Amino acid sequence: MSRQVDQVNQERRRFIGAAAGAVAGAAGGTGVVVAALSSGVPGDVQAAPRTDPVSDRHRWGMLIDTAKCAEGCTACVDACDQENGLNLQSEPLGDDEAKWQNQRATWIRKVKVQDNTSGVVTNLPLMCQHCEHPPCVNVCPTGASFKRADGIVMVDRHICIGCRYCMMACPYKARSFIHEQVEQKLTRAPRGKGCVESCNLCAHRLDGGETSTACAEACAGEGHHAILFGDLRDPSGPLRQAMAAQPSRMIREDLELNTGVRYAGL
Amino acid sequence: MTDFQPKARARTALTLSALLSLALLGLAAAAQATGVGDFVVDSSPAAKLDNCVEPTEYMRRYHYELIRHQRDTTVYGGIRSTKHSLEGCVECHVGYGAEHKPIAVNAEHQFCNACHSYAAVTLNCFDCHATVPEGEAWNQVTAANREQLLPGVHPQPRAAGVAASPEPTAAPESREQ
Repeated sequence: MSRQVDQVNQERRRFIGAAAGAVAGAAGGTGVVVAALSSGVPGDVQAAPRTDPVSDRHRWGMLIDTAKCAEGCTACVDACDQENGLNLQSEPLGDDEAKWQNQRATWIRKVKVQDNTSGVVTNLPLMCQHCEHPPCVNVCPTGASFKRADGIVMVDRHICIGCRYCMMACPYKARSFIHEQVEQKLTRAPRGKGCVESCNLCAHRLDGGETSTACAEACAGEGHHAILFGDLRDPSGPLRQAMAAQPSRMIREDLELNTGVRYAGL
Repeated sequence: MTDFQPKARARTALTLSALLSLALLGLAAAAQATGVGDFVVDSSPAAKLDNCVEPTEYMRRYHYELIRHQRDTTVYGGIRSTKHSLEGCVECHVGYGAEHKPIAVNAEHQFCNACHSYAAVTLNCFDCHATVPEGEAWNQVTAANREQLLPGVHPQPRAAGVAASPEPTAAPESREQ
């Protein structure tokens, strides 16, 4: 009996998802329609820059080798901050430093895990896991939180109302809320008060024809090569080859979200 | 006859003042008219071009339709290469001040604000979007600049990156996948 309760009921998820989608559609969710249209469009050629909508011929993902992730190294976090303009956020006047560190937008963070029995310490970078069945998309009341055809989970901040349901739903604490007006923004990374945002796998790079993310590039630049970015749909690609070579797993795989980011040595 | 004179004088004064105010009104209208046609900031790259991405009259009336359409194409389809992007607007219409420093495109008397304050239409694009070209991904202007710098070389999509790609050959290879 308890086993049945513990099991993830995908059928129930699908039903609730469909119901939520219907509600969002009735509320004028152009996004839902456009997203549906953009999937499965043929002729998705990787040329720079793209002229066809993204399609499900690719699914972007990552393999993170925790054995190679060095303790105390923050190269990926710093690179992400620079690439996506997160370093341009300023602390509100008179705000507590600890509170600010807790509330400022962070797309990727370093996590240290210790096994209490063996004492083994594992370091890993944690960001949006780009789930195939993203809980953040399920709960979004406006359809702002969506999964792009190529598997990137993003927020359409034009229709985000800042309710933060998605932040509650995310098992990875991957999303951030922008509490204050941001004075300085980068063209490639718009940012506004009252919206939720998270890692988008450097979508601006992918759309421009590159196949890299800032974090993976920085990690390789430091010589660690712990983050490998690639296409999960390409069996002969470097990502799938690396995944075949060593066992990897998802964080919270009991939730059966089929994440796009996998971890080896965890 | 003598008692008629003050009346005539008053009439002349009235006509004069009416004419004067009409002339003033006309002048004001003329100033407005030149203002409406003259919103492209002189120091912006747009001032050197003959016309915008669409005919000027069309842009004046429908620019928001174009931007909004491009917005959804970009967010959901990942297409950033078409000519109706907000990024392209800012890149081309931003004015430059002293020491070639860009001035926010929505600042007072700048391209967006000049019309929008006159029409009393609030725009909130720039609550989130950058008002000066900084850290752009790909757009027509950067691509064209690159093309000019390196003739014959296919423009690389990214203009400003954090760290240069370690192996320049890696990107084309992976693109062929």
